Amino acid sequence: MKQPLSNHPFNNRKLRIAEYTMPVLLFLCAFISVLTTIGIVYTLFSESISFFKEISMSEFFTGTKWAPLIAPTSFGVLPLLMGTFLVTIIAMLIALPIGLASAIYLSEYASARVKKVVKPVLEVLAGVPTIVYGYFALSFISPILQTLIPGAGLFSALSAGIAVGVMIIPMISSLSEDAMRAVPKSLRYGAYALGATRLEVALQVVLPAALSGVISSFVLAFSRAIGETMIVTIAAGATPQMTGNPLNSIQTMTSYIVQVSLGDTPHGSLAYGSIFAVGLTLFVITFFLNILASAIAKRFREAY
Amino acid sequence: MNVIQIDKLSVYYGDQQALNNINLGIPEKSITALIGPSGCGKSTLLRSINRMNDQVPLMKVKGDIVISGVSIYGKEVRTEMLRKRVGMVFQLPNPFPSSIYDNIAYGPRLHGTRKKKEIDEIVETSLRAAAVWDEVKDNLKQNSLSLSGGQQQRLCIARALAVNPDILLMDESTAALDPLSTQKIEELIKDLKKEYTIVMVTHNLAQAARVSDQTTFLLDGEVIEFAPTVDLFSTPVDQRTGNYVMGRFG
Repeated sequence: MKQPLSNHPFNNRKLRIAEYTMPVLLFLCAFISVLTTIGIVYTLFSESISFFKEISMSEFFTGTKWAPLIAPTSFGVLPLLMGTFLVTIIAMLIALPIGLASAIYLSEYASARVKKVVKPVLEVLAGVPTIVYGYFALSFISPILQTLIPGAGLFSALSAGIAVGVMIIPMISSLSEDAMRAVPKSLRYGAYALGATRLEVALQVVLPAALSGVISSFVLAFSRAIGETMIVTIAAGATPQMTGNPLNSIQTMTSYIVQVSLGDTPHGSLAYGSIFAVGLTLFVITFFLNILASAIAKRFREAY
Repeated sequence: MNVIQIDKLSVYYGDQQALNNINLGIPEKSITALIGPSGCGKSTLLRSINRMNDQVPLMKVKGDIVISGVSIYGKEVRTEMLRKRVGMVFQLPNPFPSSIYDNIAYGPRLHGTRKKKEIDEIVETSLRAAAVWDEVKDNLKQNSLSLSGGQQQRLCIARALAVNPDILLMDESTAALDPLSTQKIEELIKDLKKEYTIVMVTHNLAQAARVSDQTTFLLDGEVIEFAPTVDLFSTPVDQRTGNYVMGRFG
């Protein structure tokens, strides 16, 4: 016999409502971030398209002179790209060895007591607002560089790069440490039982087993460094130029965007449109880096 | 001749005493089984012999273990060198997530063997000694995790043999395996006795009876009885031993 729903022994209103409304609510929350992403991408593309109607793609991507505000204007993004990568590479040269070494230390050597002190300190380092790093670069790193290296300017790619590097150390060290700690103890014991030293266990057993996590921490840190804005705005200068010399003042993509957004560039002008083109370039780069990170994580996933 | 001499050994984890005044002499080229209920200290005793217990924080040792006439708890002892002589196989197979070949080659490389030809030879003899060569010889480059549990465990035995130890410690090394794999490993252990001194912890009393030459019964961190296996199982001297091997408690 078919029971009416209102009086069914194995059904009631409360359960039905929970069953049907909760997934919808949860979906809406998840959808907000999807919607935001779509909105950002839409804005970037639509504004960039009108910019590229005036300036050809080839001029933008191959031009070696960036002078959007001063006549005669020129929109070659390469100097900004070069500045960005110069800072990022310096940052990675600093953060990669130090971050990895701290991860190895924390996961393989540090006693519980040392960890209790070091980990919170690293977390504080990760929580420092980047503007503080910017002034740290300008008022601490730059003067030191100027005394050490004659000819170094107050604003330089090196000073900003070092500060960005210090900023991303916690990211590399904590993500890598998580990956290394996830390697089962039994693998370590297997190597110890063969007569391996701690360093040998760390470098030959734990690190290879945690490789996917370690490499994706590098890529994420790299993309974080590329997108870093405040430090480079303050400490790297505002001189877009094609240079490989880290002592020079340069300009990165992000600091150019800040410069224009804060200035009195009229809405709708070519310079205004250029920040979207630069922003889109930046977005595409970090987007591909993030895809790369997850591809690496999948490719090298170790089943242990 | 006793190759391992355990002398008034007591082990503490923090305030808790795990072993109390153990005295044991383990003869060369024989199989010694350590039996007893969970928590009786048999694994602790086994891990004291290659100092894997050093990995446990707050572990303290009193007394000593002498291997081939040398105290292994002396200040100048490097555990790396000790563990090269005293190999270990664990309860769960723990091959490194790399190829079969690299698993075996890891130990010899660690201790300085570099020549490819020498390593090739060690890989073959070790895998043969562990009775797994015929099953893997065509796939040495294959990832070791693709092997079955029993094959992985024999690979781990081969890996331990590859550094040419004198003593092999086995910590319930068949507990996670099916009966057929267990049988293969038991036969292997009996065969290895010709070359190696073997100390094994086992929960499986029948296994101790089948495989070992002498058996030690531990209870609450103390040796209750140490005798040739046949005697310990048929005519135990201590009543507690009798109760345990008869299955009255465990």
